[in-house]
Amino acid sequence: MIRARALERRFGEKRVFRGLDLDVAERDFLVVTGPNGSGKSTLLALCAGLLAPTRGELEVRASRERIGYLAHEPLVYRELSAFENLDLYGRLYRIPERRERIGMLLERFGLWDARHERVSALSRGMQQRLALCRALLHEPELLLLDEPYAGLDEAGALLLDGELAALGGSRTCLVATHDPARVAGLATSSLALV
Amino acid sequence: MTYLADIAALARKDLLLELRSRDTVPAMVLFVVSALVVFNFSLPADSGDLAAYGLLWVAIVFTALLGLTRAFVAEREQRVLDGLVLTPADRSTIWIGKGIAVLAFLLLAEVVALPAFALFFEPVDATLVAAVLLADVGLAAVGTLLAAMAAASRARELLLPLLFLPLVIPIVVGGVGASVDDDPARYLGFLVLYDLIFAILSWASFEYVVTE
Amino acid sequence: MALAFYWVPDAPEEGFRQRIFYIHVPVALTAYACFGWAAWKGLRLLWTREQHHDLESYTAVHMGVIFGILTLVTGSIWARTSWGVWWSWGERQLVLFLILFLFYSAYFMLRYSTEPGPRRANMSAVYALFGVVLIPVSFLAIRLAEGLIHPVVFDRDVGENLATSQLLTFIVCFAGMLALAASLYTNELTGKRLDARLRELREALE
Repeated sequence: MIRARALERRFGEKRVFRGLDLDVAERDFLVVTGPNGSGKSTLLALCAGLLAPTRGELEVRASRERIGYLAHEPLVYRELSAFENLDLYGRLYRIPERRERIGMLLERFGLWDARHERVSALSRGMQQRLALCRALLHEPELLLLDEPYAGLDEAGALLLDGELAALGGSRTCLVATHDPARVAGLATSSLALV
Repeated sequence: MTYLADIAALARKDLLLELRSRDTVPAMVLFVVSALVVFNFSLPADSGDLAAYGLLWVAIVFTALLGLTRAFVAEREQRVLDGLVLTPADRSTIWIGKGIAVLAFLLLAEVVALPAFALFFEPVDATLVAAVLLADVGLAAVGTLLAAMAAASRARELLLPLLFLPLVIPIVVGGVGASVDDDPARYLGFLVLYDLIFAILSWASFEYVVTE
Repeated sequence: MALAFYWVPDAPEEGFRQRIFYIHVPVALTAYACFGWAAWKGLRLLWTREQHHDLESYTAVHMGVIFGILTLVTGSIWARTSWGVWWSWGERQLVLFLILFLFYSAYFMLRYSTEPGPRRANMSAVYALFGVVLIPVSFLAIRLAEGLIHPVVFDRDVGENLATSQLLTFIVCFAGMLALAASLYTNELTGKRLDARLRELREALE
């Protein structure tokens, strides 16, 4: 599903990585590890299509509506409510039975009661849960998650464990994390960036 | 047609955000009225009646600039733009949706500005209103694209005026011409031409401004 | 190229003042050509996504601005020698180039304040396209503006038919200017490419 050859990406003068080869088959679960600044986020952004490679080839055989991306930032409007944010994304992703799907996700991630509160009023952990809802909203086949456990409390982390376990077998996942042990059980392969 | 539905969703979102925060439109209204007051003091006594029209157009351009500076702030700060770009929606819908909102804010400011102008300076007739409407479309079209460019840079609000002003000189010409000339049709026609050319160009190229 | 410059003094029929015409207009036309080339390169970049077009587009804009400044300077000199003023809002070319100068200066500001990369290349390309569209639109605007802002009081004596020798001189000068622009362009482009290559090699060694 993802194929990279001699992939390189630089920002101005700074080169984040070079000569990266990668093969991810469908339903693989790839864990990406590495110290800060090693390019984990950059790699995920490249796979999502937000960045273009500076050099090398990258082929991602998934169209935009089949990719779910979680970044460091939640990618939601702070002054809109959780529900309004998901509604907007729901429309743009052309989700059938939008209200039901949003309601189900909000409930699953424990955000139902807070659904009409502005994002700016939510705690970091709640925002992260909302970001997860946003990434999973359209039932993507390819999941690109950049440090999904960041900011989650133990309850949230357990919820995410459950989600990943449920999805891991049927979707392709790339997860960048500082805590590979957490997802070790699900991983089919790993990549360590330097 | 999902294209139109996407535009509606995006425009609705921008209007809703403004309704919640209420920061851009009041600022624009206050700015344009303040500018008109300043103009009273900057016009020498024997300037002639028509000079005021020129200054009205200056006020409109700078009010538009004020509104545009805020246009992509939310998208940039939360990197929401990335989220929007990732959806299957055509990227030009982002431009249209945002452009509609910018246009709405500008019109709201002018609803106050034009009567104020008529009160302080010179009468406002239908031709002037037509010119203002046409000019607004051009300002919003070009401005929204440039605002997205500026948002992607480091200089941000410093860069937008530099990009914006040279491009809107023709609008000022068209607008002032329509306001003072005896034959405004030429100028109105020119504004239509400007709007068509630059709206199409902006529509087609917005995709490239927000992606790599 | 050098030949073109030295030929000009050979045809001073209307007197010294007229000769600046042979430099001013070719310089202006060359500037247009540079901006047009830059827009073309920008289009190629957006079409093919091959990054080398970005450098070429940028260099072309750079050349265009240089020739644009020359146009303003020679135009100003011409205005001074013909009519005794350094600037005239009635002089269409001059006003047009002033607008273009502002526009393309903002191009450099845009490039300067954005991280190098595909994003900056895209935005620069789009901006270059806007620039080339702005040229005719601005010209039209300036023509319209003349009616209402500043009456055209100066006679323009270049609209007449040119005698053959004058035309020939003009064409030679124009060709010369284009050649000059092309050689400066290639020069700068090679220099920048060498810089990039050097940087690549240095990194490969790391």
